[in-house]
Amino acid sequence: MDAIILQILNGLDKGSAYALIALGLTLIFGTLGVVNFAHGALFMIGAFCAVTLSRLLSLSHEVAVEGEVDFLGNPMMKDVPYIYDIFGEATGAAIIDWSVPLSILFAIPVMVAIGFIMERGLIQHFYKRPHADQILVTFGLAIVLQEIIKYFYGANPIPTPAPAAFTGSFDFGAVLGFDPNTIIYPYWRLVYFAFAAIIIGAVFAFLQFTTFGMVVRAGMADRETVGLLGINIDKRFTIMFGIAAAVAGLAGVMYTPINSPNYHMGMDFLVLSFVVVVVGGMGSLPGAVLAGFLLGVLESFASMGAVLEVLPGINQIIIYLVAIVILLTRPRGLMGRKGVMEE
Amino acid sequence: MSNSNFTRRGLIKTGAVAGAAGLSLPTYLRADGHSGFTNAPTGDTVTLGFNVPQSGPYADEGADELRAYELAVEHLNGGGDGGLMNTFSSKALQGNGILGKKVEYVTGDTQTKSDAARASARSMIEKDGAIMITGGSSSGVAVAVQALCQEAGVIFMAGLTHSNDTTGKDKKANGFRHFFNSYMSGAALAPILASNYGKDRKAYHLTADYNWGYTTEEAVRTSTEAMGWETVAAVKTPLTQTDFSSYIAPVLQSGADVLVLNHYGGNMVNSLTNAVQFGLRDKQVNGKNFEIVVPLYSRLMAKGAGANVKGIFGSTNWHWSLQDDGSKAFVKSFGTKYGFPPSQAAHTCYVQALLYADAVERAGSFNPCAVGEALKDFEFDGMGNGPTLYRGEDHQCFKDVLVVKGKENPTSEFDLLEIVEITPVSQVTYDAGIFGGELGVCNPGA
Amino acid sequence: MFGLNSKDTKLLLVVIALTMLAPFILNPFPEGSAMAQFNGGYPDLMQRLVIFGIFAIGFNILFGLTGYLSFGHAAFLGVGSYAAIWMMKLLTMNVIPAIMISVLVAGLFSLLVGWISLRRSGIYFSILTLAFAQMSYSLAYSVLTPITGGETGLQPKINDPRILDGALAAGETPRANLFGLEMGSSYEMTFGNWVFTFNAGYYIAAVVMILAFYLSIRIFRSPFGMMLRAVKSNQQRLNYTGLNAKPYTLAAFVISGMYAGLAGGLLVAMDTQVGAERMFWTASGEVVLMTILGGAGTLIGPVLGAGFIKYMENIVSKINKTVLEQWFAFMPDGIEDFIITIVYPFVGKGWHLTLGLLFMLVVIFLPGGLVQGGQKVFGLFRRKKASDEKTDGKTTPAE
Repeated sequence: MDAIILQILNGLDKGSAYALIALGLTLIFGTLGVVNFAHGALFMIGAFCAVTLSRLLSLSHEVAVEGEVDFLGNPMMKDVPYIYDIFGEATGAAIIDWSVPLSILFAIPVMVAIGFIMERGLIQHFYKRPHADQILVTFGLAIVLQEIIKYFYGANPIPTPAPAAFTGSFDFGAVLGFDPNTIIYPYWRLVYFAFAAIIIGAVFAFLQFTTFGMVVRAGMADRETVGLLGINIDKRFTIMFGIAAAVAGLAGVMYTPINSPNYHMGMDFLVLSFVVVVVGGMGSLPGAVLAGFLLGVLESFASMGAVLEVLPGINQIIIYLVAIVILLTRPRGLMGRKGVMEE
Repeated sequence: MSNSNFTRRGLIKTGAVAGAAGLSLPTYLRADGHSGFTNAPTGDTVTLGFNVPQSGPYADEGADELRAYELAVEHLNGGGDGGLMNTFSSKALQGNGILGKKVEYVTGDTQTKSDAARASARSMIEKDGAIMITGGSSSGVAVAVQALCQEAGVIFMAGLTHSNDTTGKDKKANGFRHFFNSYMSGAALAPILASNYGKDRKAYHLTADYNWGYTTEEAVRTSTEAMGWETVAAVKTPLTQTDFSSYIAPVLQSGADVLVLNHYGGNMVNSLTNAVQFGLRDKQVNGKNFEIVVPLYSRLMAKGAGANVKGIFGSTNWHWSLQDDGSKAFVKSFGTKYGFPPSQAAHTCYVQALLYADAVERAGSFNPCAVGEALKDFEFDGMGNGPTLYRGEDHQCFKDVLVVKGKENPTSEFDLLEIVEITPVSQVTYDAGIFGGELGVCNPGA
Repeated sequence: MFGLNSKDTKLLLVVIALTMLAPFILNPFPEGSAMAQFNGGYPDLMQRLVIFGIFAIGFNILFGLTGYLSFGHAAFLGVGSYAAIWMMKLLTMNVIPAIMISVLVAGLFSLLVGWISLRRSGIYFSILTLAFAQMSYSLAYSVLTPITGGETGLQPKINDPRILDGALAAGETPRANLFGLEMGSSYEMTFGNWVFTFNAGYYIAAVVMILAFYLSIRIFRSPFGMMLRAVKSNQQRLNYTGLNAKPYTLAAFVISGMYAGLAGGLLVAMDTQVGAERMFWTASGEVVLMTILGGAGTLIGPVLGAGFIKYMENIVSKINKTVLEQWFAFMPDGIEDFIITIVYPFVGKGWHLTLGLLFMLVVIFLPGGLVQGGQKVFGLFRRKKASDEKTDGKTTPAE
């Protein structure tokens, strides 16, 4: 029982990551109809926003340490961040410690700007081109973005820890009356879960309850008619693209303490996020979120030792197997709309 | 490039026909001097092929390997401070290239994919005339390229490859490995683990679901169980996994008090980060502190995992903080040239390049079979790992293995591991037959 | 000729000439010159160019004609490769049975995958094929290790049974051959400073590619091909006429799967090794990119795209700093360093960057792929010759 509760918890956490990544993708892919292979790269750039900010905050000057030498026998130099000089050592250290949450503020304008530039400079010329061309151009863009990051940050993962206040884990087992230590969960992952819920809720509310959102939804359904009504749908789509990029970026920022970011993390998530969006159904935001959670939970169950003993290797294929079963039983995924990306 | 000749394969066929007629000589006698083998150097230069990952997850490791090779070439050609040539027990190398020929090199990208690695190696052999291929950062690539070199008739000096298979079931006469392997990791680690963590531990293994993972789990399990440990579970994780939470979370429920992460590269960085995130190391199980073990460490991985490696045991082939003359000489010349200390991948690649050059000098020929003879059962010292033997039966180096631990108070971004023990070679030596496989006979090509 | 109209015959003849003369065309620079780095006329690359050409031609039969975008075609290539290597391990090192079985096995596997996946269309179809391919990859890398060799893949070994071949002579390594003619054997011709390599394996693969190309022309021009185009332009209308499109699309899927299997078998024949990475989604993505880059729906486009990507991968990735220093050695020091600093990020380990940029440039400026680029250049010449000619030389490639 406790093992199952634990895996449900795990699945919800994984699912929140999947849903958050898929959300941005489905805004672009499921609604604007653009197959955006650069979406993973946006997620990755978000993560590197966090890395960049923490590097900026820890910009240092060298101070020689008395009496110690480095590996070549030269005097040992110690780095002292400038921020210590400005705010004092205690405050400075606290700011560096909190660099990941602070990166949210840094990442939003950066990602929105990247989204705008991408849409205006490139994607808008591809709305009417075949999907194949969109794939080629966005894949090319994804490679270019990746290589730029690799050039400046290397290929090795870069540790980006959460603030010290969030290290360690919370003991659900003790609260629920199980033995202590049976159901533990890291604080940062709980933060990630809450963060994902807030972002997903905000995007829904925005599309559902604002005039802007209403127009965008109308535009998704019938772009031409909305245009004929004299509404500048293009501008709104640009803004939607910016929002989608920001959502992807924020998913990346908050993900950094969970796994150290590296330049190809976007490609690792790309295929998965496409599967999530399609299983959820094209053009459906709730579908993408639902599919994210469903696949997250099932993946967690498949990784249990007891399951693997019966079905070795099931953890390797579970997501794809579930995707096949769902797409065969429900032709348009869980909640897909008719006619979207079916040609 | 001679005029209108049928190249090596044609000759080999003739050889085979002669063999069938009972006229054949042992292959290595067929080739003499500087002809009769693949890519025999004709001018005053000799070309080596450095095949390392330059894209993909191991690109940084590959970059370090390439730095080491460039340094080795510089030293072989008499430049720089000579590096390990000064401390190497064999004094055949003169600093005038190899056999008086200036060393040149070509580079390629393995992408850590066996297909791409073979394509790159073949282009070096077919287009650039490379006489030896070296490098790589995974066992899949090492085995694939080694098989290619056997077929093409050039020497393969493996880079970083840790699976038992490379010199075990997939060993080849033309392939040589300086790096240590899973078996040695297990044998070196187990006693240290037992003395630090006690003999009645319950271990939980997370194993990368591919060959290297299997051999490593097997090695660590066998040697720790021999010390009295119990293995409560061993769960396989997909190579493409990035978030290991669903594998880490059940560990505490299982009653295990040690977690062994048979992961490498990005897998290891992520699984260790996740395990520490779950607070496993702060827990008490069975009245003991919960511990994590990483059988194969590298400095780049330690860097990726950051503060999470502190106090965690593992094994490594070499570390720059070693204080013997060879290690000091290598760290000095590498550090002077590049500004930071070398990784173990850089060390093994540099040493492999020098060992190859030295073997050629001692053999007096670039012929792969002559080189193989010279490396076979070759004993040397002064390369940073103490006295070392290149065993003839499987072309595996036998030397001391380092047991290391993540450093609690690193003084720089390179000072992440501290050496706990140098396990003597006698403790990690095994019988050459235990992994099966057939070495075959050396192939000089044509 | 050969049942083709004159335009297609001309195209076929051009392709035949290009493949047969490839050792010359790909080695335009003399040995030892600074530009020799760009020579691609060595056996491995030439073989890969035609083999991936076959893969892309087959992919184009499905995607170019029916518009169904499969994202899992690498699985058929991989399955074909595994079948071929097992033939070589169990039966004989002769490439004929290996290639035949690879086509057969890939055909059967694609029949299964196609039969299931073609129940859906559009992106849903793409994800279904992707899912099958990813499952194949994951299983081949892990739990199927006893059959596939997992991480280390499969190679022929000395002690394999090979029941049709005699015992190997001592010291002999098993080599792929065609009735004794080894795939690796080459004839080198020296002409001044130029060296041209004529490789047996290459010519066998090239002949197979020409046949594959011819077959694809016939399919494009046949009533069957016309039906496939109808599926692409409006499947619904086709259904209303009382026609069931599925048998046609399934046939196209299986044919293109067999092309992939053929490519897989040839890969093993030329380089006797299989690894599971061959089936990873990036490999499936690569053939999609090759086809679009060259020009989807055109006959020659996919071959050009395949050649372009493989050439870049193998040539640009090998340019390192030392090579750059040789190239620019004639310049004054300061300028040399400056140029090298500018160029260096785009070559060697940065070859992906160049590839990505070229993808973007091609698709932005040549919506019809490389074929359109060729037509533009061709059109330019034509206009110069006959400026009064009004007809637009460009034919928009079908998508």
